[in-house]
Order: sequence, then C-alpha cells, then structure tokens
Amino acid sequence: MKPAPFTYHRPASLAEALALLRTHGPAAKPIAGGQSLGPMLNMRLARPGHLIDLNDLIELDRVRVKEDMLEIGALTRHHRLANAPEVQRSLPLLGAAAASIGHYAIRQRGTIGGSLAHADPAAQLPLIAVTLGATLVISGPAGTREVAAADFLQSIMTVDLRDGELITALRFPLPVGDRWAFEAFSRRHGDFALVSVALSFARDAEGKIDALRLGLGGVDTVPLRLPEIEARAQGRLADEDTIRDLAAATAAAIAPEDSEQVPAVYRRELAETLVIRAFQSALTREEGA
Amino acid sequence: MTAPTHDPLTLSLSVNGETHDVRVPARKLLSDVLRDDLGLTGTHVGCEHGVCGACTVLIDGRPARACLTFAAQMEGHEVTTVEATGRPDALSALQQALHEEHGLQCGFCTPGIVVTFEHYLRENPDPTAEEVRDVLSGNLCRCTGYQNIVAAVLKAAARMRGEAA
Repeated sequence: MKPAPFTYHRPASLAEALALLRTHGPAAKPIAGGQSLGPMLNMRLARPGHLIDLNDLIELDRVRVKEDMLEIGALTRHHRLANAPEVQRSLPLLGAAAASIGHYAIRQRGTIGGSLAHADPAAQLPLIAVTLGATLVISGPAGTREVAAADFLQSIMTVDLRDGELITALRFPLPVGDRWAFEAFSRRHGDFALVSVALSFARDAEGKIDALRLGLGGVDTVPLRLPEIEARAQGRLADEDTIRDLAAATAAAIAPEDSEQVPAVYRRELAETLVIRAFQSALTREEGA
Repeated sequence: MTAPTHDPLTLSLSVNGETHDVRVPARKLLSDVLRDDLGLTGTHVGCEHGVCGACTVLIDGRPARACLTFAAQMEGHEVTTVEATGRPDALSALQQALHEEHGLQCGFCTPGIVVTFEHYLRENPDPTAEEVRDVLSGNLCRCTGYQNIVAAVLKAAARMRGEAA
C-alpha cells in the first residue's frame, strides 16, 4: 500500500497555495492533517498529480472569540479544539465533539477544515457545524466567499468547493444555549458513529426549553438539522414526557439508509435512544462543567 | 496545468536530534524512510492506513502516524522515534513498567504504545484508568488483551510522579 507518484508542493502562504491550486487545476489536491487523505492516497483511492501541503499556513491555525462568533481557522487541529479554553467557555459542544474524533494521535494532526472538506456523513465536526449554523469562509480565484455549512455539505464526500478554492475558517454564531450534549454510538471505540446526536438549548426561569438546536449524523448523506423538532420543543418543560416525545418525533422524521449490516429500523431506534440520552446528559451536567 | 515531476527530493531530516540527508521520492512515507533509509526499524509498519498505531512517532513532540505522513513534509520539523526512548540497559519508566507488568508479548505494537504514552504522560501525569484506555484505543494489540498495558501505564505514571508503585 504505497501512494502513486505525485509532485510535492509546500506553499509558505495562503496566496501561494491558491496560486498553486489554480496552476495545477483538478490534478492538485490540498493536504492538511492527512488523516483521511493519507489512507486514500495509500490505498490509491486518490491519485493526485500534485499534492499541496497546507501545514505551513500557520495563520490558519487559530481560535478567536469575537463579539458574536467563535472563529476557528481551517488548520486548527482537533486536539487544540478539544482543549482550547476559548472553545470550552463559549462552545463546549464543539470541544466535546472534537475530543471524540478517532484516536489521540489522529486528533493531534486532523484539522477542522479537512474534516469539512472531506465530508464523511458520520463525522463529528460537519454535524456540529450544521447543528449550530456555522458558516465556512472560503478563498479562491474569485476572492473570498461565505457559505452556510448546511449548503456547503451536498452529499457523501461531496461539497460546494470549486476548483482552486480552500476553506480558510469556520464561524460559529454566539451565544448558544448553555445546555448541550453530544452523543454517539459506534461499534468500536474511535470508529465513525452509526448515529450521532448533537443538541444545544437554553432553559428559561420556568425550566422551559428555548432555542433548541438539534442535529443528527449518520442518518442521511449529510448531517441533518431538524427544525421541525426544534419548533416542537420551543416553550415546553424539559421533563421526561417532553424528551420522550421529541425523541419519538425525531425517529419518525428521519429516513436512514437500509443495509444488511445496519437496518434502517436499527438506526431509527438508535436515533431515538441517543436523543433521550443527549437531553438527559444536557440536563444533568453541572452548570459550568 | 503542468506535468508532474517525480524526481527524488533531497531532504534534510531531523530525527532524534540528529540531522540526516536523504534522497527519496516525494511519495515515500515517513515510516518507510525511517526504516529503509535511516535504519530506524523500531517504528513498525502495520496497517498503513492510520488504524493500528504501530508506526506512531512524535512530530514536534506530538504523536502522529508515520504512515500518514510523507518524509518530505518533515523538513523543518523534529521527528522522535522509539529509539530515543531508553536503552536496553536503561529502560524508561514506561518501558520498565511494561516489562514488569507483562504489557507485551510479540512486541509488534509496543513501540507505538511507548511513543504515544511517553508524550501523553507528560501532558497528563496523573491519568485515570479510563483515560489511559481512551488513549490506548488508538493502538491495536493482538496479544495482551490490553489489561497489562493499562496497568503498566498507570504504574509508570505513579513512578514518574515520584510515588512508590
């Protein structure tokens, strides 16, 4: 298992990287952490003529809290995301999801931009980006544009990234509710989840749910946000009956793929169980923890 | 679009504190360059797609899969392999604990585990068994059943903290 030959490029700046992408067109492939592209190269599922190494673009490795958003540079590694105080304070859901990716050594290298560009339908960071309404900042030949994560992710490993373009940052709107949870089920620790659930909400003085954000991974070709369930939750007391009702409604709202290994009915039941667990976990976690 | 060139690259690599000049194709994996060109065969090659953890080395002090890294990417970075940890007559605390607790049998996975935890115990000197298991999940071992590896890591951590164990 050795990669096919390629020409290696190591741009020192974003401008140089974009120029290389433009010069080499579809034959060029950018590499960041390489934790998904590396295996694809080794197995020759990907055979780019030119590999553009982004790892020197350290200006893209950054975590910055602005007034109404958390901005994460595309080259930010999962391990940093999982441990950065700014993330733990303003968006702990994102940190918890990052901490659950793959394994320890993988998280030291893998990047948030790479995870979004790769767009595995079971991956954690695309799910969080869709659930929390994040925006991607993309640079390319036509300048810089922004696109919502839900529009960026089009299908399995298919994204709105045109020739010559690079993701440079993700912007997560702030603030979000202080109740949150990420729950996932995989057959082996560290594997991609069969189903995953991310949610965040606030509770008003009477304990009623406000501004629920609910997203599911592994039940469609892209992570799904479920606005109809979010609306159903609005203003209801966060008690056992409500949670079970929302979980059942979630299971009814999705149409997961049916396969011999993972029947659709099984994924639907997993989704229902994980939504219940996510609410319970969000409600029982100590304030500020 | 220009035609690709596949001429070998001349690289200057810093491995275990020493500089090595090698001439290798761009597509040559760090794991293969360490083993074939530098003779550092402690880095083992198992699955070659990042799953088994046997090829784990440190890049700038952080664990990484050498099989998912090209040697060409390592110019300007410091690579550390298992050869930098302990010697047969002076094992590291972790190696000694693995020996005492029977944390290895065939030894194929051991270098990756040693490299990973030499770093992890610096980051988290007092881990719980659960935290050790979570990190260890990135290294496949088909001999031990993992129990003795967990025991060895906890023992080494206690000793490195200066506690009797």
